[in-house]
Amino acid sequence: MNAPSPEVPRNVVRVDLLAIAELVQPGTRVLDVGCGDGELLTLLEATRGVDGRGIEISQKGVNECVARGLSVIQGDADTDLVDYPDDAFDFVILSQTLQATRRPRHVVEQMLRIGQKAIVSFPNFGHWRIRGLISLTGRMPVTGNLPYSWYDTPNIHFCTIRDFVVLCDEVHAHIEKGIALNGNGQRIGLNAPWWFWNLFGQQAVFLLSR
Amino acid sequence: MATHSDMAAAPALPALRENDRLNQADHPSSPFVRFGPDEALLLDSGHRLDHLQIAYQTYGTLNADKSNAILVCHALTGDQHVASTHPVTGKPGWWSDMVGSGKPIDTDRYFVICVNVLGGCMGTTGPASTDPQTGEAYALNLPVITVRDMVRAQAKLLDRLGIETLFSVAGGSMGGMQVLQWAATYPDRVFSALPIAAAARHSSQNIAFHEVGRQAVMADPEWRGGRYLREGTSPKKGLAVARMAAHITYLSDDALHRKFGRNLQDRDKPTFGFDADFQIESYLRHQGMTFVDRFDANSYLYLTRAMDYFDLAADFDGRLASAFKGTRTRFCVVSFTSDWLFPTVENKAVVRALNAAAASVSFVEIETDRGHDAFLLDEPELYGTIRGFLSSAAHARGIG
Repeated sequence: MNAPSPEVPRNVVRVDLLAIAELVQPGTRVLDVGCGDGELLTLLEATRGVDGRGIEISQKGVNECVARGLSVIQGDADTDLVDYPDDAFDFVILSQTLQATRRPRHVVEQMLRIGQKAIVSFPNFGHWRIRGLISLTGRMPVTGNLPYSWYDTPNIHFCTIRDFVVLCDEVHAHIEKGIALNGNGQRIGLNAPWWFWNLFGQQAVFLLSR
Repeated sequence: MATHSDMAAAPALPALRENDRLNQADHPSSPFVRFGPDEALLLDSGHRLDHLQIAYQTYGTLNADKSNAILVCHALTGDQHVASTHPVTGKPGWWSDMVGSGKPIDTDRYFVICVNVLGGCMGTTGPASTDPQTGEAYALNLPVITVRDMVRAQAKLLDRLGIETLFSVAGGSMGGMQVLQWAATYPDRVFSALPIAAAARHSSQNIAFHEVGRQAVMADPEWRGGRYLREGTSPKKGLAVARMAAHITYLSDDALHRKFGRNLQDRDKPTFGFDADFQIESYLRHQGMTFVDRFDANSYLYLTRAMDYFDLAADFDGRLASAFKGTRTRFCVVSFTSDWLFPTVENKAVVRALNAAAASVSFVEIETDRGHDAFLLDEPELYGTIRGFLSSAAHARGIG
């Protein structure tokens, strides 16, 4: 997948990756779906001692991963997750990729079949800036962080935090933990209500179980 | 005018070169070892080979703890001369861009071994070898061999060389089949495995193409029921036609079109005959003719048969994943987008089985229009993948 993530500053370790890493128990088996150049897998192997695997759609990304010594398969989250047996992993991670899948619901269901737990991070389309842009300009938002025009964006299934919570309900996923990060990468207080998260969270990270 | 007369009219094969080739079967110009009846090789067919010669070639230096050995497995018509001048044709080795000092399979770091396969014709026991019991070439008296027999023979050589584990086993096509067989048969002896443009079984379509090739060889009157060496004939026309047909399967429609299109060969207009009007015809005829210079017709029958019989899952109740159960080998599977002989879907079946076995596996599909042959050609993405995979495995293995 390796969809360029619209909301995340580059050239630093992405804050959502650090948030994900904290959710992963050390020494577990991890599958990173849409692992890009292997940044998260490298982080997880270094800091959590996981046995990591990846799936990545771009040849360039796979080659970079293989050169880094990671076990990565060239493949498509939409079609290739069915090849994995049940309970093959402790954690299946989808980092900033959900919005680029053709069948997000199918992908989340497959993740929870393959893994005991699933971790999903995505940009929140309910963020106030985006709401503001749409309501003021009447057009799909194009900004420095969202550089694509609607007709050539890889991000075909944007959702809001509220939308994702509804999806979790529909696929009977249990939300063990939810984290919202604001524009500075800081966490929004756990006691904040959903509407606040949905308005001020620029991205979200969810830990799910069956 | 006819194809066959045209071939006969081609530049005559120098007699010396043919003798060179025949000589290689018993007296290879590379190192070899011999095994006698006390170390007989038991074959899948139930037969045993009481006399076995294995010819091989090495590059680089084996380190003190013997942990840096890479076995390169050659394809159907390859041989042990991976990166050195071919003793018959004088051409560079078939993977000389891949194997060597500073190359992706770096002989400054690794000790590379390549073994002429069992059934081959470059010094390892095959149908052109002299049967010590009769003093004549085995011809069709050699038992039919399998990919697993080839691998068992290679293991015997490694035992003789004192190499317990291989840092890696790498190969394309039939070489990739051997890689998979190695990983399944000797999982503890294989640290990493690189099957390229391969499959866990030979498809019906591939068996069909091989059958066409074999029938072409056997239809040549000079084949003489396989006894052509004894009778002093040579089924070159049949073998050349087999090679021509096979060569088409190694390429792709796009690559043929890009390279030859409908271009005419040294003429402005069609001759309204059956001469090689088109460049593609001329090219294929050339491929056929040069092949017979360096290959034995009966070897071609035996090796294509071995590939046809290859079905790794069949030994495990049809479950390919069981072939790799509990494996600790690190795998890197490579396929090419335009390869229709060993297409991506076949390679992915291997990846799927490895996933199901919870193996460490990487998979790269390389974008190219050059078809199956891409694994032998200058493909920077292939070089990058192999270099990266081996480097990381070397790091894990503690090889400097």
